Amino acid sequence: MDFATLLQVLDSTVRLATPLLFACLAGLFSERSGVVDIGLEGKMLAAAFASAAVAAVTGSVWLGLLAGIVSATLMSAIHGLASITFRGNQLISGVAINFLASGLTVLIAQSWFGQGGRTPSLIGGGRFTPITLPFAEALSGVPVVGPIYAELISGHSILVYVAFLMVPLTWFVLYRTRFGLRLRAVGEAPEAVDTAGVSVIGLRYAAIAICGLLCGLAGAYLATGLQAGFVREMTAGRGYIALAALIFAKWRPWYALWACLLFGLLQAVALRYQNIDLGGIVIPVQVMDALPYILTVIILAGFVGKAIPPRASGEPYLKER
Amino acid sequence: MDKMPAWADAVLVPLISILLAAALSALVILAIGENPVDAFRLMVDGALMRSAGWGYTLYYTTNFIFTGLCVAVAFHAKMFNIGGEGQAMIGGLGVALVCLFIPFPHWSVGLLVATLAAGAFGALWALIPAYLQAKRGSHIVITTIMFNFIASAVLNYVLVNVLRPQGAMDPATAKFPEATRLPTFQDIFATAENPLFRGSPANVTFFLAVLACVAFWFLMWRTKLGYEIRAFGHSESAARYAGISPVRITIVAMLISGGLAGMMALNTTMGEAERLVMNATEGAGFIGIAVALMGRSHPVGIFLAALLFGFLYQGGAELALWTNIPRELITVIQALVILFTGALDNMVRMPLERIFLATRRRNG
Repeated sequence: MDFATLLQVLDSTVRLATPLLFACLAGLFSERSGVVDIGLEGKMLAAAFASAAVAAVTGSVWLGLLAGIVSATLMSAIHGLASITFRGNQLISGVAINFLASGLTVLIAQSWFGQGGRTPSLIGGGRFTPITLPFAEALSGVPVVGPIYAELISGHSILVYVAFLMVPLTWFVLYRTRFGLRLRAVGEAPEAVDTAGVSVIGLRYAAIAICGLLCGLAGAYLATGLQAGFVREMTAGRGYIALAALIFAKWRPWYALWACLLFGLLQAVALRYQNIDLGGIVIPVQVMDALPYILTVIILAGFVGKAIPPRASGEPYLKER
Repeated sequence: MDKMPAWADAVLVPLISILLAAALSALVILAIGENPVDAFRLMVDGALMRSAGWGYTLYYTTNFIFTGLCVAVAFHAKMFNIGGEGQAMIGGLGVALVCLFIPFPHWSVGLLVATLAAGAFGALWALIPAYLQAKRGSHIVITTIMFNFIASAVLNYVLVNVLRPQGAMDPATAKFPEATRLPTFQDIFATAENPLFRGSPANVTFFLAVLACVAFWFLMWRTKLGYEIRAFGHSESAARYAGISPVRITIVAMLISGGLAGMMALNTTMGEAERLVMNATEGAGFIGIAVALMGRSHPVGIFLAALLFGFLYQGGAELALWTNIPRELITVIQALVILFTGALDNMVRMPLERIFLATRRRNG
């Protein structure tokens, strides 16, 4: 593999890791507050459809982005209602949200656009266009560093940069602000937070709102950045891969970045090469597809370090009387 | 006493949940510019008014009984098995292997062996998540989700690279030998002057599913193992004090659960397609979640819920055929049923409880 091919694979790694990263951080906020979220997939899907549909109708990708965020946040609100207010089973609620998004998106797409459950292809202002960072042209002649800067770092759409900036931001919010401290506390010992006079329900709803916002970004990037329009089931399990990355990262922001890049790399390699020949041993493409899930199971099994979720995750909080 | 009577808990709460889901579904149909009453009439016409419609309805029902029971066994042990889909895929692999490579003299022998194979393959696929939950504490929900994807990759590999006949394009096995063909309802019930169930895929596996319901009831409420599973589900610590091994119950319950999911493949693979195709499960593993929740993890409830979903599935296909409403409407209804009967259970239950308590206070 030569240097140019390597750069191309890494370039598509960055692009494929972006929706995973948004969704993974979304899950991080939710699960750190004690609300398990296996509905990431559904929220992304809803956001992908809403953003593509609005962008197609209005021609403005920014209105599309807004619509994506609103729809994912609405889905989050349903999850919150079920799992925080009515103290229902969070896993079941997540499953319901995945199916709700899967069905509703196609149903509405068919009713609005009549193209078999997809939106029209986005053109012009309906998509996020690549941004050329300053000096990318001038530096591209410099050996090694030049192409890396010009091809790998420059030339992505704005949401890619937002996603990568979200990592330090998430770290800062979680570990350096009062809100973050309370958020982490409410996922570990909600009764202590309650005793301190801070609303458990309020904090969890705030976490779920952030989760919706980030899932909205993930879905919008999928439909208006990575691809040009919505097709049915376009998230294709990315929500679950993000969930896997979250466990892989043991619910920490910087590790989430590396996990998402790793899983993005696996997707990029699987996309580019069908079967990989490693000196006589051929690795079929299906192994690459399954690898994120296999790795997650191994991590979960505790063979490579133990993944311990926030203590109160999955348990609804009932105030003592 | 601040509790509702048992009948209200078992019948009224699910009924209200379904009515809520139905009302919202009607709103969705209205919102996309169709008439919900006409749509419902079309569904009833297509699914229940002709014997061929029943043939399809009962075919889907068979799938959903198996996957519903699969989820229910795990629920009784307070586990959530989302892996029914993957377990059914691997179960299908078991069915395909025995059908392709063992020359059966008669379909009945074939069905018996295939049932064992489907159950064993499905159970085996559930064994690893079960072991990891019991021994290493990894959450069964996450591992079973991951195993769905791994199953799909495994099946993809086997169908593309191993079992695909030479020269064939689509990822599927060769057609099973004629001797493994299961009698359909048409073969059993149709006569020359009265061609019942014409062309519909319902087959003898339906009776196997009904048998599974009875066996499930017997296992859960009439055997020591069933008692242990339910005790474990109610309170793990109490069960442990009673000398019930959590590791054993977790693994055994998941093996039964996976086995039931695997048996679903008999219906789709041996009964209908007569070869193993890539997407044979068609999401039935997930519908099992809705079925088990609605049926309150009781075989009678599961049978009725599976029948309802069978009707919805066949009716939904009719809708997609004759109107502008795509099949995904059924996915929405399924989501609403899961939401109301599973996650928003308290929303329905709490006001009901208040009403019951108020009337009791007035009377008492």
